Amino acid sequence: MTKSRLFWPLVVLAILLLINLIYDPSFFVIDIRNGHLTGSLINILNRGAPLILISIGMTLVIATKGIDLGVGSVIAMSGAMAAFIVDGNLGDSERLFPLFLAIALAIGLSAATGLWNGMLISRIGIQPIVATLILMVAGRGVAQLITGGQITTIYYEPYSFIGGGYLFMLPFSIYIVAFVLCVALYVTRRTALGLFIESVGGNPLASRLSGISSKNIVLMVYMFSGLCAGIAGLILSSNVASADGNNAGLWYELDAILAVVIGGTSLMGGRFFLMGTVIGALIIQTLTTTIYSVGINAEVILLVKAVVVLIVCLLQSPEFRKKISGLFSSSRKTPKDEGVNHHESL
Amino acid sequence: MNRFKLNDRMIPVMITLMLFAFMYSFGMFRYSNFTSPQVFFNLFIDNSFLIIVAVGMTFVILSGGIDLSVGSVIALTSMVAASLLLAGLSPIIVIPIALLVGPVLGFLMGCCIHFFNLQPFIVTLAGMFFARGLSFLISVETVSINDDFFRFMASTRIPIGNYFISTSVIIAIIVVCVAIFVAHYTKFGRNVYAIGGSEQSALLMGLPVGQTKILVYTVSGFCASLAGLVFTFYMLSGYGLHANGLELEAIAAVVIGGTLLTGGVGYMVGSVIGVLMLGTIQSLIAYEGSLSAWWTKIAIGLLLLLFIGLQRVIVHRNDKKKNTISLKDTEGSDQIAR
Amino acid sequence: MIEKAPILAMDGITKVFPGVKALSNVSFQLFSGEIHALMGENGAGKSTLIKVLTGVYPLDKGTVKLEDVPIVVQSPLHAQELGISTVYQEVNLCPNLSVVENIFIGREIMKNGRIDWKKMNDRAEELLSRLKLDIDVTKELSSYSVAIQQMIAIARSLNVSSKVLILDEPTSSLDVNEVNQLFEVINNLKKAGIAIIFISHFLDQIYEISDRITILRNGEYIGEHKTKDLPRLKLVSLMIGKELEEFDAQSENKDTGSEHGDKKEVFLETEELTKKGSIEPFDLKLHAGEIYGLAGLLGSGRTELARLLFGADKADSGTLKIKGKTTNLNSPKQAILNGVAFCSENRKAEGIIPDISIRENMILAIQGIKGWFNYIPIRKQIEIADKYVSLLNINPPNPEQLMKNLSGGNQQKVLLARWLITNPDLLILDEPTRGIDVGAKAEIQKLMLSLKDNGKSILFVSSELEEVVRCCGKIAVLRDHKKVSEITNDGKIDHQYIMQEIAGGNL
Repeated sequence: MTKSRLFWPLVVLAILLLINLIYDPSFFVIDIRNGHLTGSLINILNRGAPLILISIGMTLVIATKGIDLGVGSVIAMSGAMAAFIVDGNLGDSERLFPLFLAIALAIGLSAATGLWNGMLISRIGIQPIVATLILMVAGRGVAQLITGGQITTIYYEPYSFIGGGYLFMLPFSIYIVAFVLCVALYVTRRTALGLFIESVGGNPLASRLSGISSKNIVLMVYMFSGLCAGIAGLILSSNVASADGNNAGLWYELDAILAVVIGGTSLMGGRFFLMGTVIGALIIQTLTTTIYSVGINAEVILLVKAVVVLIVCLLQSPEFRKKISGLFSSSRKTPKDEGVNHHESL
Repeated sequence: MNRFKLNDRMIPVMITLMLFAFMYSFGMFRYSNFTSPQVFFNLFIDNSFLIIVAVGMTFVILSGGIDLSVGSVIALTSMVAASLLLAGLSPIIVIPIALLVGPVLGFLMGCCIHFFNLQPFIVTLAGMFFARGLSFLISVETVSINDDFFRFMASTRIPIGNYFISTSVIIAIIVVCVAIFVAHYTKFGRNVYAIGGSEQSALLMGLPVGQTKILVYTVSGFCASLAGLVFTFYMLSGYGLHANGLELEAIAAVVIGGTLLTGGVGYMVGSVIGVLMLGTIQSLIAYEGSLSAWWTKIAIGLLLLLFIGLQRVIVHRNDKKKNTISLKDTEGSDQIAR
Repeated sequence: MIEKAPILAMDGITKVFPGVKALSNVSFQLFSGEIHALMGENGAGKSTLIKVLTGVYPLDKGTVKLEDVPIVVQSPLHAQELGISTVYQEVNLCPNLSVVENIFIGREIMKNGRIDWKKMNDRAEELLSRLKLDIDVTKELSSYSVAIQQMIAIARSLNVSSKVLILDEPTSSLDVNEVNQLFEVINNLKKAGIAIIFISHFLDQIYEISDRITILRNGEYIGEHKTKDLPRLKLVSLMIGKELEEFDAQSENKDTGSEHGDKKEVFLETEELTKKGSIEPFDLKLHAGEIYGLAGLLGSGRTELARLLFGADKADSGTLKIKGKTTNLNSPKQAILNGVAFCSENRKAEGIIPDISIRENMILAIQGIKGWFNYIPIRKQIEIADKYVSLLNINPPNPEQLMKNLSGGNQQKVLLARWLITNPDLLILDEPTRGIDVGAKAEIQKLMLSLKDNGKSILFVSSELEEVVRCCGKIAVLRDHKKVSEITNDGKIDHQYIMQEIAGGNL
């Protein structure tokens, strides 16, 4: 099952990579420079790290039939928070304490925003789109409040390690992504959380009648999403050594939703595919790279994204499938249709 | 307008109006310049395009949907207008073409939403990407406008006593009046309310649900295009990044104006007051000087929270009356779902 | 009657949904100035027939004639134009619109291209006064009670001078006074020559108001009778599908649980358990090792009671004791932790999680008890799933198959397994055997008996009385949200007796 779900995203990714190969024969080459692995593939992984992180959080949110529009703002807030902390420690490049304090506070703030969203949705019962919209609007204001409206440049050296550092020849951000992915996979596969998320997303009423406290599940999922966004915010701000309350993480929520949808998770909730999401995020990142290398105007990527979103959603829509299969009129009747018993359909 | 009796539905609008009056008088009290009526007129001049967009958005939200594409449609409209003018076409041809951009996109989005049962949120998100992408495809750079008619529209001041408004304000006011008429005195308008109240009921009452939904997005697209044109008069340029994030402001204005995000309840007037309120916040913060611009966003966020909380209370109260029957509908709803 | 031509004649109506014949060769005749009740249990095809008549579904076969003219109804709107209006059970109006709009929307009175509100207000008041209703028509619908909303819905259909008025469960959320008010209105309409189709689960109401009854069962036409010539007992037997003569055949009663049941400890006890509008004060004593049956027609309160005992709904008043301890069940989880399990009759909406596998559906409840971190190892899960797949004969016998790909009967077995795995002390089964084949039915009954022998209690809700009598040691009969009698199954009672209790009143 999972195999077939991953098949098409993988094919698309492969095609994109091949197109790059045509334009740049050295695309797959990975060199060792200064003891670091370098090359386009590594670059895609490195650049794609924040998006993959956010998409992982978004996957779980969408699996519960929700959506988190606030992640872009959380990115900005988290970066701003970290920059604010390390900014006051200019001279202390040697000491690592500010680094850890910055990380802890930034992540704490992100988790708090997730908690906020989760409370609004699970306890007060506001629709996810609406509840997270508040943070989407106000979050950027808060981020700018923290940075004082300026684009804060970060001179504190150790901070750049998060997004730009290398560990065992690979960019450090790749390790972060790998770690979060492993945690997410572990929690959803080796504990019952994955099952609970899928059941809450698939049929909230039946889940409640099976004794699952769906409110807590929903709360957790939004906290996790906030956390992921916070980490992504650290990576992004570290990458560019600055915090920009206005533009950091702009449109990331949309890219993340796109990645989730490409990865095969339905916006209607239920079954989710973390690996699919990761591939979806990589597709988006590779698409960006491809458009650069093919030499098309970078902004046109929006056009491509729009078309991809629409196609994927149409393919997921039962009405669309019905109409298409009606066109080809090869009525593929599956045995399950026959098996539906009388009362089921009344 | 004897229909507008004070009832539950009007409470949010009244609160908005009172908040607006309070804020405005706070401004007048605090800054001597604020007392000039021109400040009030400027609210309209600076926000006329937002008023037009908010009107279209109100229709969409009343029907229970959402339109995230409006900001991008403004950018695309400005870009289409600017580039066609650059190509030497006359404004008489350019303006109708520019005004077609939004309705066509809105119509297509409405079709996707109705025929394939896709969520409005995701479809208009794609529309948003699409429109921005398209405007960048036309040009990445700002295209400035030198056309006489556009300049005329931009610079004409219509005097009111010792003060003035702009042509765009006139357009906005006309749009609002037409929208109020459409919402309350035409079948289409009432169908929008009905669908927002209960789509299933609307279907069973034999209302043209699909047609109305498609039309709603077309109308919103048209409003966005018209706003785009007004915005182009204002900026005298076309640019792919114009009106970035405007959809959020429009949604915020509609919500602050007392329209229920779940659909079915709200007034055009509320949305206009919502826009004016956002404008007042911006002016106040600008006048204050020591306060920075980002406070606007935080203030909007707080207002959103306040009004969404208020909606929740009202909806909850209504739900309590209704939930006695909701549980029994098992057989019936299954069949409808078919 | 014979000389008068029917205003509406449906003949040979067949409607097939993928894999299911929802209606098969059904006929229906309606005369003007009569109230015609359409009767049948859940799934009998009443709703489908109405929806075919009102154009919600296209029909596959058959003819519909209105005033002797063949018609093909295209849509609900078309039906209204033809003079066929429907008032649905769940009041299909828009709560956010004013009363006047709910009456007129879709057919607004226009003047000079705009809606003429004033004229519409006047017209609405006039229409409502015909129904003896004097209310402010400019207020929103939601500010009025369901009964008044019901009347407004009727006013809406009168506005098109309707010939045929369909009332689908109009009384299910009304109290006695409101029902009387509604009936007065219906009788007035009848006198005005309107043909009325009336659907209700309340037998008393059917006998009070209807002139004739058409009975459907499993999508088939069973018969048409004059109400006054059809004894209640006969009606119930026609609906449920057992001819009276058949009944005495299986008198062999396997369970005489009552003999020892009373001696065992009481597992669950309720006193005056009440929920307004769904359960009148209810006393119940459930012993360990007992199968307790709830009999009654749909809407009699049997499901509502089951939900209260499981904490799915909250009781307004009364006490509930589990093992002698007063317990407040605020959520299903609490009930589960107290050893109660509940298999809902509404499999699709309240039971299955369609997108996950059989195995995951099975372990859901037990995992809910164990919590997040005490995850049952996959190998153990497969073991459990395999065990129940073969125990309950689930097809396809592949625990990894997605739930949505299973037939209804197999889904039901998976849900049963979900609860059996939790090893509950009390298993509430709401129509567990509906729509599943005979073999599976027998298996489930066998399972119930073996659970009983292991000292479990079972609360068994079923409309198949034969089954209830065969399995249950004690049977409560419900009618109109009340327990009308409690019968100890001493081996001598039969279906006929219970049916009499269900029918109540004069036979």
